[in-house]
Amino acid sequence: MADLTATAIPSGPRPRRRLSGRNIMIYGTLLIVSLYYILPLWVMVMTSLKGMPEIRMGSIFSPPVEITFQPWVKAWAEACTGLNCDGLSRGFWNSVRILIPSVILSIAVASVNGYALINWKFKGSEVFFTILIFGSFIPYQVMLYPIVILLREIGLYGSLSGLVIVHTIFGMPILTLLFRNYFSSIPEELFKAARVDGAGFWGIYFRIMLPMSLPIFVVAVILQVTGIWNDFLFGVVYTKPELYPMTVQLNNIVNSVQGVKEYNVNMAATLLTGLVPLTIYFISGKLFVRGIAAGAVKG
Amino acid sequence: MAGNTLGARLMRNLNAKIAAIPMVTTALVVFLGGTAWTVLYSFTNSKLLPRNSFIGFDQYERLWSNSRWLTSIQNLMIYGILALVFTIAIGFLLAVLMDQKIRFEDTFRTIMLYPFALSFIVTGLVWQWILNPEFGIQHIVRSLGWDGFTFDPLNNPDVVLYGLLIAGLWQGTGFVMCIMLAGLRGIDDDIWKAARVDGIPRWKTYLFVVIPMMRPVFVTTLVIVASGIIKLYDLVVAQTSGGPGTASQVPAMYVYDYMFQAQNLGQGFAASSMMLLSVLIVLIPWAYLEFGGKKRG
Repeated sequence: MADLTATAIPSGPRPRRRLSGRNIMIYGTLLIVSLYYILPLWVMVMTSLKGMPEIRMGSIFSPPVEITFQPWVKAWAEACTGLNCDGLSRGFWNSVRILIPSVILSIAVASVNGYALINWKFKGSEVFFTILIFGSFIPYQVMLYPIVILLREIGLYGSLSGLVIVHTIFGMPILTLLFRNYFSSIPEELFKAARVDGAGFWGIYFRIMLPMSLPIFVVAVILQVTGIWNDFLFGVVYTKPELYPMTVQLNNIVNSVQGVKEYNVNMAATLLTGLVPLTIYFISGKLFVRGIAAGAVKG
Repeated sequence: MAGNTLGARLMRNLNAKIAAIPMVTTALVVFLGGTAWTVLYSFTNSKLLPRNSFIGFDQYERLWSNSRWLTSIQNLMIYGILALVFTIAIGFLLAVLMDQKIRFEDTFRTIMLYPFALSFIVTGLVWQWILNPEFGIQHIVRSLGWDGFTFDPLNNPDVVLYGLLIAGLWQGTGFVMCIMLAGLRGIDDDIWKAARVDGIPRWKTYLFVVIPMMRPVFVTTLVIVASGIIKLYDLVVAQTSGGPGTASQVPAMYVYDYMFQAQNLGQGFAASSMMLLSVLIVLIPWAYLEFGGKKRG
């Protein structure tokens, strides 16, 4: 409703449409800057569609004379890491198997945290929250080894479940903050009314809070999918080679010292790894921006 | 009603307390406990496994006399300062440009922000390819006729950090631009009107009115970017693997190698404790300004 009235009544000076010097400077700068940002994507796509002879002769910026999808096939199904030559597909499926439970578990835990912090404050709850937020600034390197010990104790070191727990732990500060801020904007009267009607902790969470906060859940999913998919450090520390996520396997393929470098295959592999977060990014549009802004500005 | 015993108090909000167990465990056991554990064991001579034999500051003495660590620290300082200044300056300038009521704002933002969705591994590998001396920028400029042109940062120890910087800025400036733009949009329109009435040029308004008003945004950005820089790891692994030689080593790499490759846990713990210390140096003044400042004024 507010949007409607805002567009119905134009305000401010009439926008100038002419090609002023100021405008040329602004758009000129923005176009040049955009070139810097687009260039790597362009180079990736072009290189991945060329054969090696063409790469050796031509420029990395020029489009392929003869388009070939062979590098993509090779990157997906044949590229070697160590002794395994079954391509990036292995890493892709590992990443999927890490991603889905991690996203669900981390968001479930963090949303309940945020809900408890707003509506069911108990003694010390704010203290734990403060520790959580400050903890998010501690370099991961400090906590790497203690977590190795903890995971070893419960028998999950080197397994995918262990990595899921790690992602849940390190996703918790930012997500809890996100949900806490969102839930604090839901009128308290609603919560009180439900209490009077006899609803309990979980009843209110599932019947009122959850349905009312779907947008923030979408933001959290975007944040977590890109974050977990892009993780490298935890993957390399807490899993073993056959369970490595896609980023780790990609790095091993491209930076391996053996054999002839196949730059087209490398770029196809790099693009394949970037495809999931890029898809999320282009589909989600403004929600992605909202996600990072929620994480940054309110922190 | 009158008997508010301990048991009754514990039972109050029982479900909420149960639901908060993961949070409490993470905060106390992993964040506080883990950090304390690492700092404590940095005073031991743990090798393959953590051991309880305390040797005082020996690990730290060894750390600070290790040339690889000194290079790492120096690299992080140079990269950190450059990355911080350029990320914030470029991010702010782009945000100002985007704030001029331009058309295609969404398109420009989409283009500037997409690298932020990509991992540092992808970022590092793409720029490794673009900066490749045989095929990349150097090759292209030379084939245009400028034969003596040299631009090979990834194989030259003196400038390898700038190679990393180009990639790091590509990945992160869009994000800072978005935060800054949100900050600029938060400035009241009346400020602009007042400045225009007073006949103050736009650039002066930005410099002397808007920037001081955006202090909290700048401080938050500074803290986020700085704590990200201290963690710098994936980008270096992918783009240069710390090379050539040890020219682009960073502390996070040192920690990883000593903990998980060289089986010298004590060194790894000492190095990671130093990383923690450097974060605290950034964080404590910020916390003081943010939370201490509010009470005063």
